[in-house]
Amino acid sequence: MEETTVQTEHMAKYRKSNLWKQVFRRLVKNKMAMTGLGFLIFIFVFCMIGPFFSPYANGGVDAININQPPSAEHWLGTDALGRDVLTRLMEAGRISLTVGLGAMVMSVFIGTLLGVLAGFYQGIVDQIIMRTADVLMTIPGLPLLFIMAAVMSEWKVPAENRLYIVMVMLSIVGWSGLARLVRSQILSLREREYMHATESLGLRDRRKLFVHLLPNIVPLLIVVGTLSVGGAILSESVLSYFGLGVVPPTASWGNMINAANSLIDFQNRPWLWIPPGVAIFLTVISINLLGDGLRDAIDPKMKSR
Amino acid sequence: MDQKEPLVEVKNLKKHYKDSSRSLFKRNQSVVKAVDNVSFTIEEGETFGLVGESGSGKSTIGRSILRLTDITDGEILYKGKSVHQLSKQELREHRKSFQFVFQDPFSSLNPRIRIGDAIGEALLDHGLATKKEIREKVLEVLNLCGLAPYHIDRFPHEFSGGQRQRIGIARAIIMDPEFIVADEPVSGLDVSIQAQIINLFSDLQEKKQLTYLFISHDLSVVEHIATRVGVLYLGTLMELGSRDEIYENPLHPYTKSLLSAIPIPDPTVKRERIVLQGDVPNPANPPTGCKFHTRCPFAREKCKTIVPEFKEVEANHFVACHLV
Repeated sequence: MEETTVQTEHMAKYRKSNLWKQVFRRLVKNKMAMTGLGFLIFIFVFCMIGPFFSPYANGGVDAININQPPSAEHWLGTDALGRDVLTRLMEAGRISLTVGLGAMVMSVFIGTLLGVLAGFYQGIVDQIIMRTADVLMTIPGLPLLFIMAAVMSEWKVPAENRLYIVMVMLSIVGWSGLARLVRSQILSLREREYMHATESLGLRDRRKLFVHLLPNIVPLLIVVGTLSVGGAILSESVLSYFGLGVVPPTASWGNMINAANSLIDFQNRPWLWIPPGVAIFLTVISINLLGDGLRDAIDPKMKSR
Repeated sequence: MDQKEPLVEVKNLKKHYKDSSRSLFKRNQSVVKAVDNVSFTIEEGETFGLVGESGSGKSTIGRSILRLTDITDGEILYKGKSVHQLSKQELREHRKSFQFVFQDPFSSLNPRIRIGDAIGEALLDHGLATKKEIREKVLEVLNLCGLAPYHIDRFPHEFSGGQRQRIGIARAIIMDPEFIVADEPVSGLDVSIQAQIINLFSDLQEKKQLTYLFISHDLSVVEHIATRVGVLYLGTLMELGSRDEIYENPLHPYTKSLLSAIPIPDPTVKRERIVLQGDVPNPANPPTGCKFHTRCPFAREKCKTIVPEFKEVEANHFVACHLV
């Protein structure tokens, strides 16, 4: 008897993370995904730790050295106010990544919650939620964001807090697609026989939702969430480029590219807009590679190639 | 014996499915009568076998009794209480005393839940035991169902079909129910495993004084476990009687033909076989009169128009046939 319990404990430890271990193993084998992950880690470290090593941190204005091309002192040159572009690129990265992650977390939370409620309770709840989502989906995202940004500009939010407004806006636009996905998953899951079993056991709705349904959509959430970070970063750039997102003096990759708006800067000072452009490009493509890799790793059957 | 109140009483149960597929030009509402006016009782401690072909309404009856599906008409009494009129709270209380064993051992277990948790969660959710007690109880039930203690932390995909069905049974009996509906619990398993599972059902019945409603399309399986048998055809009971009566002295032509189709593993035995012609009629458009008359080798004119009465021919032996 003693031996069996020891064995039980041993097996328990061995089994605990089995499912996710397999996923991880498959992910590590995927070269594209690992390249993406590597780039992402690099960009994170670059943005989060980089500014500590820069002598030009905190937006030091230098009236003498404006619009300098890249040199030994300023590796990526300076902008119209004499600020170091490399340092600004790193600080902007913090903002852009924060907005991207924050918007993803919020829209995944809202989308999952509403999708689960719609799929599980059906009827009138479903109607209200899904019709709202339909309405949101009929309006093109970008104009909607512009309108919201214009309305929110009225509120005189301080520049350093604009990023939170942007996050909220992006998640309001972004939840509907995810809610539909989650709802359809729940609709198919709830007809599985093990859900009938929870009914015959007389389990509470809470347990059915959180123990039986939610864990089964976690893989979906991870994949969709990862991919949506890239989208959120792009949307933030677009908004900021138009001056409706994060506004100067707070830097974001989007409002840095705004420099390309002026013909002189565009033709003669490429160091102002190429670095943020490359940063956005690399970040989004890395996220998408990682997201695709995760999807294949979590469900090998879905592999299209 | 006869005065005892039955555990389950099904009275004139009807379950109709409406097919409301309406097109712009056509408006036909066809109604499929999955279960049509079925009445029977299940006494405490017995095993009631319900047999019939696919689509005859066996599973629907089983699910209706446990209120896993709504009914159209009729009444189901469990210990004298109408199951379909219980409030949500009362139903939750009742769920402790009747349980369901599902047909497909693969889809009836959540692939992401360890079987120890799957078996014990009902106790946890109903607040019947602490986590530690539950683990003890789960180990006890695993043992009872012929599984090993180290299985407790495994995932469903690590088990064979027979083992999964044992898990399904363990999940059902951990609540100490009095009544279990087993919906074709062995039809997904191969023959050698079927025997083991049926023996497990019998053992558990002896140990726990369980009452079963055992649904199957396999007459030889039912013969092993049932004490009384009901034969369904197109949602209607054709014959009902004790196991011995049904198997030794079948009265309904449908029952006779079913029994004559059971293979006997002895090539020297010769017997008369009744081979039915044609297919089961479309349940959306069932035959008039006796539902079986289109395939009955003994059908007469009367059978086509008049619905036969479900009458007691011998003591506790009911048949719906004009010829008996």
